[in-house]
Amino acid sequence: MISGFRDPFEALFAMQKALESRFASDWMGGRTAGMGSYPPINVFQRGDGFVAVIELPGIDKNDIEIEAKENTIRISGRKSINYDQAASVHRRERLLGVFDRTLSVPIQIDPDAIKAEYRDGMLALFIPPAESAKPRTIKITS
Amino acid sequence: MDTQQELQVQQKREVESKQEATIPARVFVPATDIFETDEALTVSLEMPGVDKDKVDVKVENDVLKIEGWIDFSRYEGLQPVYTEYNIGNFARSFQLSSKIDQDRISAELRDGVMTLVLPKSERAKPRKIAVS
Repeated sequence: MISGFRDPFEALFAMQKALESRFASDWMGGRTAGMGSYPPINVFQRGDGFVAVIELPGIDKNDIEIEAKENTIRISGRKSINYDQAASVHRRERLLGVFDRTLSVPIQIDPDAIKAEYRDGMLALFIPPAESAKPRTIKITS
Repeated sequence: MDTQQELQVQQKREVESKQEATIPARVFVPATDIFETDEALTVSLEMPGVDKDKVDVKVENDVLKIEGWIDFSRYEGLQPVYTEYNIGNFARSFQLSSKIDQDRISAELRDGVMTLVLPKSERAKPRKIAVS
């Protein structure tokens, strides 16, 4: 758990190292269609559920489409930048275009319970575990 | 502008600083577009995860310096299980020419993209010369 650091930079560094150590881990079991495709995704565990954090800077949230079915989540959309036609270009590093990516998560999820939030160019998907996947206690009768 | 092309993943570039930080946390270079019109220079920097209260833009000795800090509190209590990119703060600087009116630089941050408008000084604007 990354917490208890007094210095926020130290906490950030610890998280950076933790992220690095999980690079392309086999959590997805190689089932993630198009690994290395846009947009890059980080998946975190929080309690029983998962949080997928996706960097999508400069995209109108109405241009992002998220669909969930069984244990797959599809994120698609377009990124456009309105350039002033009269302007001359000094540098162009930002990329634009369309994207479409499907995630297959190795857990049972409840597609209706996924919540999405877009803030400061970051898309966060809050993925709770499916009710049916939660362990339950079985009572012994007689 | 053709927006039908498929977006590619852009690897994040790290800042190569002259001084070393005491804590070796990674700082990234924001992907930047720079355009020039007759009136101004527009600089757009991608800094996903940076809130508008967590940016610092300053001009010192004709150098425009932009820094952005991600809101790390959003990652508290999260345990990475699968990752494809690293996170970190952003920093980039640009040398300004004397054409820029440094007192009128404006900045806006929206959806993780910071847009700076650097107006040209009156002296540097193109002008028509009337023939009498």
